[in-house]
Order: sequence, then C-alpha cells, then structure tokens
Amino acid sequence: MNNASTSVAITLKQVQKTFSDGTLALKPLDLHIEKGEILVLLGPSGCGKTTTLRLIAGLEFCDQGGQILFGDRDVTSIAIEQRRVGMVFQSYALFPNMNVSENIAYGLRVRGESKALKEKKVQEMLTLFDLEPYAERGIDQLSGGQRQRVALARAIITEPEVLLLDEPLSALDALLKKRLRTDINALLKRLGITAVYVTHDQEEAMAMGDRIAVLDRGDIAQIGTAEDIYLSPKSEFVANFIGQMNHFDGLLHGQALSFKSNFMALPEALYSTHKEGERLRCMTRPEDMRLIAFEDATLKGAVFHSVFLGDRTRVLVSVEGVTELLHVDCFERKRYSRGDRVGLLVPPLRVVLLPTKETEDMPC
Amino acid sequence: MKKGMSFYFQLAFTLLVCAFLIVPIFMSITAGLTNNYFVGVKSGLTLRWVYQVWGLYSDTIWLTINIALVTTLVNLCVGVPCAYYLARTRSKLSAFLDECLTLPIAIPGMAIALGLISVYGGISEFRMSWLFILVGHVIFTLPFMVKSVLAVLQSINFRVLEEGAASLGASFWQRFFHIIVPNCKTGIVSGVLMTLTLSAGEFNLTWMLHTPLTKTLPVGLADSYASMRLEVSSAYTLIFLGMILPLLMAAQWLNRKPKRTA
Ligand SMILES: Nc1ncnc2c1ncn2[C@@H]1O[C@H](COP(=O)(O)OP(=O)(O)OP(=O)(O)O)[C@@H](O)[C@H]1O
Ligand SMILES: [Mg+2]
Repeated sequence: MNNASTSVAITLKQVQKTFSDGTLALKPLDLHIEKGEILVLLGPSGCGKTTTLRLIAGLEFCDQGGQILFGDRDVTSIAIEQRRVGMVFQSYALFPNMNVSENIAYGLRVRGESKALKEKKVQEMLTLFDLEPYAERGIDQLSGGQRQRVALARAIITEPEVLLLDEPLSALDALLKKRLRTDINALLKRLGITAVYVTHDQEEAMAMGDRIAVLDRGDIAQIGTAEDIYLSPKSEFVANFIGQMNHFDGLLHGQALSFKSNFMALPEALYSTHKEGERLRCMTRPEDMRLIAFEDATLKGAVFHSVFLGDRTRVLVSVEGVTELLHVDCFERKRYSRGDRVGLLVPPLRVVLLPTKETEDMPC
Repeated sequence: MKKGMSFYFQLAFTLLVCAFLIVPIFMSITAGLTNNYFVGVKSGLTLRWVYQVWGLYSDTIWLTINIALVTTLVNLCVGVPCAYYLARTRSKLSAFLDECLTLPIAIPGMAIALGLISVYGGISEFRMSWLFILVGHVIFTLPFMVKSVLAVLQSINFRVLEEGAASLGASFWQRFFHIIVPNCKTGIVSGVLMTLTLSAGEFNLTWMLHTPLTKTLPVGLADSYASMRLEVSSAYTLIFLGMILPLLMAAQWLNRKPKRTA
C-alpha cells in the first residue's frame, strides 16, 4: 500500500488561535509542509504544539483571517470528518467497545465500504503491524506498544491525505520508544505520507523529522532540518532546547572573543558581522570542544570536576573571565582530576554568536 | 487466620439485621400460599389466592408492565441524549438542566403529582388516561436514568474517542451510535433496570394520579390491603415480588460486574 498518490502538501497562512477564554495559544503562523514530508513540532509544554495539530486536523478552528490548505483545497472551515486526515492521539483513543480488527476497520466502516474490501485491508494492516495474533482481542488486553500500533493502523487504513500524530510514543518506555520511532519513520517514508508529528523530546524530533519546527510560546522560534537547528540555532531558546550548550559572554577584540586574559579565535564570518568591543554571547556544544595541553592554548582553565559516562568523559572546566563552568566532552578515555590545568580548543566553525541582551557595560 | 470476637459480633449483628428485614417478607409469602393464615401452614398450601388475585387485579399488573416499559422507552430516547448533552457542554443552561433533573429526586412524589394535576388536570381526556401516570413516572425516573448514564460518560474519555471517530470520517450520528451508546452500555442498562424497578414499585405519585380505571399494581395492592382478606393481599404481594426481584437482582449483578473486570 502506498499513500504517495493521495497525500498532499499542507499550507498554513496567518493561522492564529485565540481560545474562547481569551488565551492566545498561537500567534499568526505561516507554515508550508511539502507533500510526503514529515514535519516535527517540537517545544516545551504549553507552547502550542497540540493546538497547531488540532487546527490542521480540524478539531479546532483558527481565528478570522487564517487559512489552511491541503494541496489546493481550502479546508479552513471544513470539519474534521471531511478533511481526510489520519490522527494518532497521545492516549490512542481506541474504541473500548470494539476489538482490534473492528478498531482498524472503523474508518472503512463509516465510509460504507464492502465487507470484502474491509477484510482485505484489515488483513493487510494486521500483517504490516505484526498484529495478526491479536486481531480478535479487546483493546484492554493489549500492551502499550500494541495499542500504539493499532492506533497507527487505524489511522492509515483509509489512506488519508495527511497523518497527524500527537506525542504518539510518550506513554511508552524508553527502549520501546526508540524502536518504534525508527519503525514509524521507516513506515511513513515508505508510504510517502505527509505527516505532522508532535513531540517534546528533542531526540525523537531529530530521529523522526525531515524538518523540525521549534515552537516557543505560540510562535515558531526556528524551522529547519535537524542539522540546521542543532548546528546553527537562531536563538538561545532553540539552542537550549536541542542538545546541550555552553553559554558564556565575551567582548569582541579584533578577530577574537576575549575573556580577561583568555581569548578565543573566531572565523571571519563571525567577527566581521559584529562591532569591535561588542559584548557577545558565545555558545558551543560540549562535544565540539577539546581539551589540549595548557601551554598550547589561548583559552586556559582548571578542571573542576569530571564524570565518566561510558562513551565519553564529561569534564567541567573553570576558565578565568568566564562565569559559568564549561562542559567539555572528552572521548579519549583520559583521566582528569580536580585542579588539573588544561587548555581548551574550540573549533571556530562550531561557535554560535548572539548579541547579548545587555550590551552596554562590562567591567573588563 | 484467627477470627476474633469482633468478627463474630459483626456477623451476628448482620444476620440479625437481615432477619429483621427478611422475616416479614417471608411471612407475607407464606401467608399468600396458605389456605388459612390464622390456622397456619398446617391448613395446607394453595395457589388459590394467587389465582384469585389474578382474576381481580390482572389489569393492574398489565398496566404496571405497560407503564414501566413505556417509561423506560421514553427515558432511553430522552435520557441518553440528555446525559450526553450534559456531559459535553459546560454552560449556564446545562447547569440549570442538571439542577432541574435533581429536583424530582428531592421533591416528594405527592408534590409532583399535585403539580401535574393542577396544571394538566383540566384536560380530562389526558387526566383519565394512563398517559397521565406515564408522565408522572417519566418525571420521577428520568433523573435516575440521566445520572446513571452521565456517571459512565464522565468516567470514560468520550471526547477523545469521538475525536478519534471523527478523524476517521464518522458523522455526528455515527459517532453517537457507534461510540457513545455502546460505551455507556453499563450506564444505560443500569438506568433501564432502575427505571423499570422504580416505575413498577412507584406508589406516592401514582396513587395521587390514578383513576378507578388506571390503577397500577402498587395502588391495587394498597386497595387490597384495605379491603381484602390477608391471604389475598399477601398473594398479591407475592406477584409483585415475583416481578420486581429479578429486576433488583439484575441491577445488583450489573453493579458488581464492572469491578471484576477493572
Ligand atoms: N481549550 C482550551 N481553552 C483555553 N486554552 C487552551 C485550550 N487548549 C489549550 N489551551 C492553552 O493553549 C496553550 C497551548 O496549548 P497546547 O495544548 O497546544 O500545548 P502543547 O504544546 O501541546 O503542550 P504539551 O506538551 O503539554 O501537550 C496552553 O497555554 C494552553 O493552556
Ligand atoms: Mg500537547
């Protein structure tokens, strides 16, 4: 089975949502999702992920002036049952009064499909999702992972134009999560279905999506591929949300960022776009920094603490002129103890610079 | 496990309470089946009284069954949608309706009957027909139906289930009959049993509303207590118990069942 023929692009134009109690859950939003693309909506709790998804589904309607298109079809004021969406809910929403097969077949049943077609397609789904032994079971006799698969099978059996998934894995344990997300990703790609996937787990987001939209208080903070977002976050919010970041402030001096006696060379692209003497916020990822010999470094410090994590050693280094302890990941299986004098190497291309909020006075 | 004094004390107390309640019922049953109650069981057992009651009062029995069934039907058609509406909307109107539904439980049946008579009593066609009693019974039993369905609806996440069905293309009525109704089946069945039992046993309201031609079983029963010999009214009670006990037992059984599966 293949959805590539039925799936469509999704376009949101100036879609805003104010709830009846006055809550502005979504600021005017423009979003285009390609046909067959998987877009992940990522963000902290309450940022409007579910609201966005429900607007696309037709379970909520956007404020006056917004527009939602499926391909060329304007679905802005069309109810969910006419939108031809498939939906997987966080709680699965499986029907307790029906067994597994009946749940999966429900979308065909309400369309009045023939018994033969229903049986054939349900069988296809049962095979696809490894659910054959459970066909006759009630849904309260299934494990979480099995329920999840039934929910997915039920949603795609009608070959919807778009598939919407709201934290479909959040009720499962970590190991199963990892396995299922790979499975789901492979399946969605194979079906070629346009999908919007909501999660608050950044690892899941990176594993699932072609593109990730990071939402912050009802606004898209950044949208792009996992690489874009990981390597060049546009704001501290995004940087903090995906992976771990060291944040520290320095002054721009010539071609380097200086911290009292220490300095860090910057690539031209970075220093040329800022003013001399400007106070900048520097962000680097722990795994991008390296520990080198004290003498060879321009950025020097002392080990404050180190933790062995198996695949790497996390070393916390205190550097003169930098208030925060810097987290450095060391993959060489070297031991560090407190007080060891070390040098830090930061590959210039792995540095993200943002203007700080208080640019004025700095006491150095 | 060793059972202490307190266990036996509690057991004795429970048995005593049961006896207190059951002995009169048992006595009444024997009274309805003995030739002469004042002589005792040694006067012999007989079904004579039962036959006699049937001859005298069978129309009240049929009317009771009829009213109980139609009341149930009305409650199904009105009560289930009403419970669904109340569970779904949280508005001033729904809060008001909820209050209105609690009223008939709190107000004495007599007062409801008086209200009905003073408002509709003038329409003599209506006043004389069994439909007048039906209206009273619906007013009296509807709250139980609604509350029982509402309780189930509030315990399941029916909104999400409905959204799931809608996402699969189900229209409002499909959602209602495929998802809502089957999933509140326990509430509906227990509401039905309650309606049947309450309607069949209702006396206060019915006594006020009845006419000589529209007498239900409990009204006839009161009548026979007043004017018949003890054996006849006991036999009448026996028939009433025979009707109502299976309903009560079914309701009990149903109340226990969900706990076993949960
Ligand atoms: N029906 C509603 N009425 C009023 N406000 C609402 C309603 N639904 C959501 N909100 C508000 O809208 C905002 C966004 O909610 P939403 O459910 O989209 O968040 P979310 O990103 O899905 O969060 P989570 O990760 O916790 O699921 C929240 O501030 C929430 O309180
Ligand atoms: Mg949510």
